[in-house]
Amino acid sequence: MTEIIKISRQDFIKTSAVLGGGLVLGLHLPERESLAETAAQPTTPILPNAFVHIGSDDIVTIIVNKSEMGQGVYTSLPMLVAEELECDWRAVHVEAAPVDPVYNHTQWGAQGTGGSTSVRTEWDRLSKVGTAAREMLIAAAAETWSVDKASCRAQNGLVIHTSGKSLTYGQLAEKASGMPAPESVQLKDPSEYRLVGKPTKRLDTPEKTNGKAVFGIDINIPRMLVAVVARPPVFGGKVKSFKSEKAKEVPGVKEVVQIEPGVAVVATNFWAATSGREALEIVWDDGPNAGLSTTGMREQYASLAKTAGAVARKEGDPEQTLTKAAKQIAAEYEVPYLAHATMEPLNCTIDLKPDSCEIWTGTQFQTGDRNAAAQIVGLKSEQVKVHTTFLGGGYGRRANPHSDFVVMAAHVAKAVKKPVKVMWTREDDMKGGYYRPMWYDRLAAGLDADGNPVAWRHTIVGQSIMAGTPFEAMGIKNGIDGASVEGAAEIPYAIPNILVDLHSPKIGVPVQWWRSVGHSHTAFVVESFIDELANAAGKDPYEFRRKLLTAHPRNRGVLELAATKAGWDKPLPQGHARGIAVHESFGSFIAQVAEVSVNPAGNVRVHKVVCAVDCGRVVNPDTIAAQMESGIVYGLSAALYGAITLKDGKVQQDNFDSYEVVRISEMPEVETHIVQSNEKPGGIGEPGVPPIAPAVCNAVFALTGKRIRSLPIRAEELRTA
Amino acid sequence: MISLVVNSQKHTVDVTPDTPLLWVIRERINLTGTKYGCGIAQCGACTVHIDGKAERSCQIPVKDAEGKKITTIEGIPENHPIKTAWIADDVPQCGYCHSGQIMSAIALLNEKPQPTDADIDNFMSGNICRCGTYQRIRHAIHRAAAVMAEGGTK
Repeated sequence: MTEIIKISRQDFIKTSAVLGGGLVLGLHLPERESLAETAAQPTTPILPNAFVHIGSDDIVTIIVNKSEMGQGVYTSLPMLVAEELECDWRAVHVEAAPVDPVYNHTQWGAQGTGGSTSVRTEWDRLSKVGTAAREMLIAAAAETWSVDKASCRAQNGLVIHTSGKSLTYGQLAEKASGMPAPESVQLKDPSEYRLVGKPTKRLDTPEKTNGKAVFGIDINIPRMLVAVVARPPVFGGKVKSFKSEKAKEVPGVKEVVQIEPGVAVVATNFWAATSGREALEIVWDDGPNAGLSTTGMREQYASLAKTAGAVARKEGDPEQTLTKAAKQIAAEYEVPYLAHATMEPLNCTIDLKPDSCEIWTGTQFQTGDRNAAAQIVGLKSEQVKVHTTFLGGGYGRRANPHSDFVVMAAHVAKAVKKPVKVMWTREDDMKGGYYRPMWYDRLAAGLDADGNPVAWRHTIVGQSIMAGTPFEAMGIKNGIDGASVEGAAEIPYAIPNILVDLHSPKIGVPVQWWRSVGHSHTAFVVESFIDELANAAGKDPYEFRRKLLTAHPRNRGVLELAATKAGWDKPLPQGHARGIAVHESFGSFIAQVAEVSVNPAGNVRVHKVVCAVDCGRVVNPDTIAAQMESGIVYGLSAALYGAITLKDGKVQQDNFDSYEVVRISEMPEVETHIVQSNEKPGGIGEPGVPPIAPAVCNAVFALTGKRIRSLPIRAEELRTA
Repeated sequence: MISLVVNSQKHTVDVTPDTPLLWVIRERINLTGTKYGCGIAQCGACTVHIDGKAERSCQIPVKDAEGKKITTIEGIPENHPIKTAWIADDVPQCGYCHSGQIMSAIALLNEKPQPTDADIDNFMSGNICRCGTYQRIRHAIHRAAAVMAEGGTK
């Protein structure tokens, strides 16, 4: 038996003790052990072994293997279990899963949260877990009463016999845990759902309103020190030499140590650590990226865009058709690097002992972080335990393919050999890289004499996110990183001749998935350029799209719903205009209509956004609405303000004064309409982001006649006074 | 030694006098509901009340808070109409900024018991939420204002 299993078992036993003793439906250690030992084999346990515990106090604890970063998984995933389990929703508690293969993502072979996949990948597994547990509780009751199982039913935390007698789940739990698990289970028909599909309050709201929710930054373990790290001001730089005398004179500073990416100042508290860091004298070797600048990269990208790249999609003969088209339209678009800027700056706490290591952090990628930390500190992965806290925002940043913030903390922990919390200041977080890539796009399209698009050519230039990561082999096929062209290669519009190609220059700026990944860029470009085609054809941008979406009923469905609800044809106040955009991502279809005005200084104000979403079957409609509001604000911040730029190799932004984000005074009224659907579930955390930038920019064009081809929108380009 | 009154409790702490109040609250008094977000009074995550007014605790040297009445999120009663409104409207997402949001909202209602949207936007603009919960914040503040107008717990 391996160490991890012992740890897991202790955890579960502790869990039941915390819950007041009693069972523990689903402890099923033999099953857990066999699962844990076949680590590489993806398993979908039919037993409720790792996901549900029921205490003798009737409390149902649901172990959630996904990280809660605001998207609502600590409510939506328990709802899926509870629906089939027929437990009392008010008795449901949630715990974060430890790292164990049983909690792996069903498609990734590792534990992680991202790609708007949680509900999509867990629906089936968690429904089966809930059903199996319910059947075992019923079997336990039937045996207790010596009656036929068919004469018993489960309802609201009770098993009830036709005679009217009943037992609570807590009373049955211990016996139920010894019942054989059903070999197959019959899931409910969605028409029988009583919880799933109904607006349901988040389980984590109370602790997020009284200061009790524990984020990584709140961890405090005995004898813990606090560290900050001075990192190279240029990506890829190194420490040439440093003097630490003055830093060590700062009261509270305990140690100054050179570690892999820089110099760590370790102190009794945060203020001493940062004060000590300010007193450091470091000479840096800036390395090969010392000359990097955004303006230089832009020139490089623009010239690359004029050459042929790796082909992501080709249909028909776009070049010939373009040349012969009645009307030709060409444009170049660009978007900058973006920081995730989660409200909670990155941090990681590590307690390293000779033969064990515990990590507390808000992470989206537990298995990768655990393995990376184990390698640094020289332990086996099984000796490293990860405690997932609440995440103060994730948006992709906390699923780092190199586990950067955990690795850095592991280096510090290894050097100081004491429990240590490694904190990033806001400046560290913003300048620390792993940005949404900067992109440059060159497009051309042809219209026939009736204004129908007949050819579409789109060349994309930007860094691959997958290149150089452990996922490179999986993510890059034939020179194409799927994340670079998603949303561009598979445009839904009926255009017979299409070419989409890609250049992936290697640049020394670390890049990463940023909420909606490739779509945050491609939706802006595609939905703006299709608007340009509508204008060139002299057609209404909504009707133009609608006609081209005949073969894509779900795209068209949300487009029509958003337009109808927004009153697309209805007059607006003087100085207001509407823009529309529709985009599919992560298995969901979203259309948004933005109503904007522009003041004489050129500032864009978004008054209202009407959002239509078709994400298939819905777990919690209130979460869908919340995620649409959230995605719209996140995307709007990028459209109006977001830009990370470099000069002389250094990032020029460092805090919310130089990297502005949307504040409440700029919050549009957001109205969300959900399409009733029995299609398979789509994602919801990310798809709300992509359509907002083009919807806003298309509205700006409708109002001003000025086409925004570069984000963020610059007031000086729209100024009239 | 600096003595502080936080949530009606007296604490004596041995810290450098220029340490921002935020870090004393979080690391010495162990009240971690008050958050660090930017350190430069741009985001509002560290908002506390000092003598009833909303202040950014990352900007207040602890020596300047001596002898004043400091209230953090942990000092707000569970039945405060703002907290119950936050729960009724399911406002938080990641939740990180909401201690600060709630402390600002309470200070706003103390000043303007019946705020308009414009009052809310004006007063709450110093509190960033990257999850974009602003629409629900506005709604919850109106909800709490209505409850308080009817004599709900203040």
